[in-house]
Amino acid sequence: MKIIVSIKQVPDTSGKVAVNPDGTLNRASMQTITNPDDMNALEAALKIKDETGCKVIVVTMGPAPAAGMLREALAMGADEAVLVSAREFGGSDTYATSQILAAAINKIGVEADDIVMCGRQAIDGDTAQVGPQIAEKLHLPQVTYAADIQKDGDTITVKRMLEDGYMTIKVHTPCLITCIKELNNPRYMSVGGVFEAYSKPMTTYDYEALKDDPLIDATTIGLKGSPTNIFKSFTPPQKGAGMMLEGADKATCEKLADILAKKHII
Amino acid sequence: MDFHLTNEQQMLRKMYREFAENEVKPLAEEIDEEERFPMETVEKMAKLGMMGIYFPKEYGGAGGDVLSYAMCVEELAKVCGTTAVIVSAHTSLCCAPIFEHGTEEQKRKYLPDLLSGKKIGAFGLTEPNAGTDASGQQTMAVLEGDHYVLNGSKCFITNGNVADTFVVFAMTDKSKGNHGISAFIVEKDFPGFSTGKHEKKMGIRGSSTCDLIFEDCIVPKENLLGKEGKGFKIAMQTLDGGRIGIAAQALGLGEGAVNEAVKYTQERVQFGKRLSQFQNTQFQLADMHTRMQAAQYLVYAAAMKKQNHEDYSMDASMAKLFAAEAASDVTRRAVQLFGGYGYTREYPVERMMRDAKITEIYEGTSEVQRMVISSHLGVK
Repeated sequence: MKIIVSIKQVPDTSGKVAVNPDGTLNRASMQTITNPDDMNALEAALKIKDETGCKVIVVTMGPAPAAGMLREALAMGADEAVLVSAREFGGSDTYATSQILAAAINKIGVEADDIVMCGRQAIDGDTAQVGPQIAEKLHLPQVTYAADIQKDGDTITVKRMLEDGYMTIKVHTPCLITCIKELNNPRYMSVGGVFEAYSKPMTTYDYEALKDDPLIDATTIGLKGSPTNIFKSFTPPQKGAGMMLEGADKATCEKLADILAKKHII
Repeated sequence: MDFHLTNEQQMLRKMYREFAENEVKPLAEEIDEEERFPMETVEKMAKLGMMGIYFPKEYGGAGGDVLSYAMCVEELAKVCGTTAVIVSAHTSLCCAPIFEHGTEEQKRKYLPDLLSGKKIGAFGLTEPNAGTDASGQQTMAVLEGDHYVLNGSKCFITNGNVADTFVVFAMTDKSKGNHGISAFIVEKDFPGFSTGKHEKKMGIRGSSTCDLIFEDCIVPKENLLGKEGKGFKIAMQTLDGGRIGIAAQALGLGEGAVNEAVKYTQERVQFGKRLSQFQNTQFQLADMHTRMQAAQYLVYAAAMKKQNHEDYSMDASMAKLFAAEAASDVTRRAVQLFGGYGYTREYPVERMMRDAKITEIYEGTSEVQRMVISSHLGVK
């Protein structure tokens, strides 16, 4: 059994977000981090590894420096890493990215008892499309927004967190799960893990390595294969702190009802 | 000297920093205020391999290097002097002498639990009448059949109340002076061993500091560390290594104070200007940072020499002397830049100033470091 975790290196938006005059992100001027939801996906995989001893493979598509992020995943406990990187893949939108990542995951191989895990969405694009698209292209059942994952043999019970409640779904392997931050607290790299990280296998899949996969076609990858047109990029305005009412007593409830009524919400 | 950090060291620095910010910093004020040993942090550090960084994996260590260890102490000290010294005393003063001077049997018996952080280590050399003059040991060890009987006491022992394993020094032959001192591995459950009350200190208040008391304490003969009469040499070699840890602690404290001062002076407004706009502030911060950068070079150089098995005794002393005095100076200046707020416990710089002072005192005072350095220069 193995778990393939798809992760992405993103600009650290907790700092200052820099936007180029043409509206695209000025990535060069920003620090990079591993996408937060992807860290939850990796932690979920490593937890299952702790319990079952399965293998964890991390995969990312990105330029050469993304290898540093993969080494960090190896230092956290992943066993192998795959960097998908080629000039032909540059400029891909979510559709093209999922074509390429699905081809890469195909090459790694998805067997009957395997799981593919992704973060819900990346903080630089906030689309939440790549995970589900990979699942469709690999013909895998998908469960999104996982806030809890329990594995019992080849059955995975996933508690999905939705805006208006939870939904519990049982799914058989092989499957794809997208993870949210409520799922877990990602572990730190360990000292021993860091010293092992550089001796663990890391493979690069370039265009040559993936070109024979039916998903890889000049019209489906890279900028040319991307149907998305960016209309406008912008830094979202800072949200206010909001108002917090604490307590479960009648007075607090009445106060809350009063505020909601004044806003014509109730 | 090449100060280029390896990929692993850069990755570790990131990991230490995240850990310090998320797990250590939030507790720093509380454990200082309550004089509470942060056992929960030790357990977390143990899980991450931070209690045995530069020891081989075959004994349960993380397989790292001495600089990676110094960087760990440095990053912890940036936010909490207490947590830094817990790691330093455990690693340098207990794990290191057992690793460097222990028999294979002793290493197999004690190191796995120490290096994995299941057990905490401490070092007992200082006595009420044997501080800087460590040769004046009054604790006695008498061989009786298959065991030694220890009588006497130790004081100011870091990690004393929480440690499971101690490296302890005692006189086995008083007539031989320094050559009559021997080292022993003592477990906290050995009959006749006990610890005294927690010392109330000016700084590093969360760190456990207490007396060790030996009343007909039975120590098996096989727990003699090194040869009989070689204890003083073991103690001095251990302190050479320990000084890298304390120098790194001082380095971190000073750097932490610079970080806090840079942040605060850009926020605080007086006379219609941010403090950082005044030239005095800029010059102070420039001097403070320069002193800590110089300290970092000395500390890293000493760590690298130890790693490369070069003679590093003088380098460790220079690093500790300079870093400790720089830390005391820089943390004091930080309090001054903060003004009245710096003197309150609402801000961390007064704690850093209190914590920094001890680095000029323990594991060899600054005066002792000057003695070591001048002796290496052949000055008599």
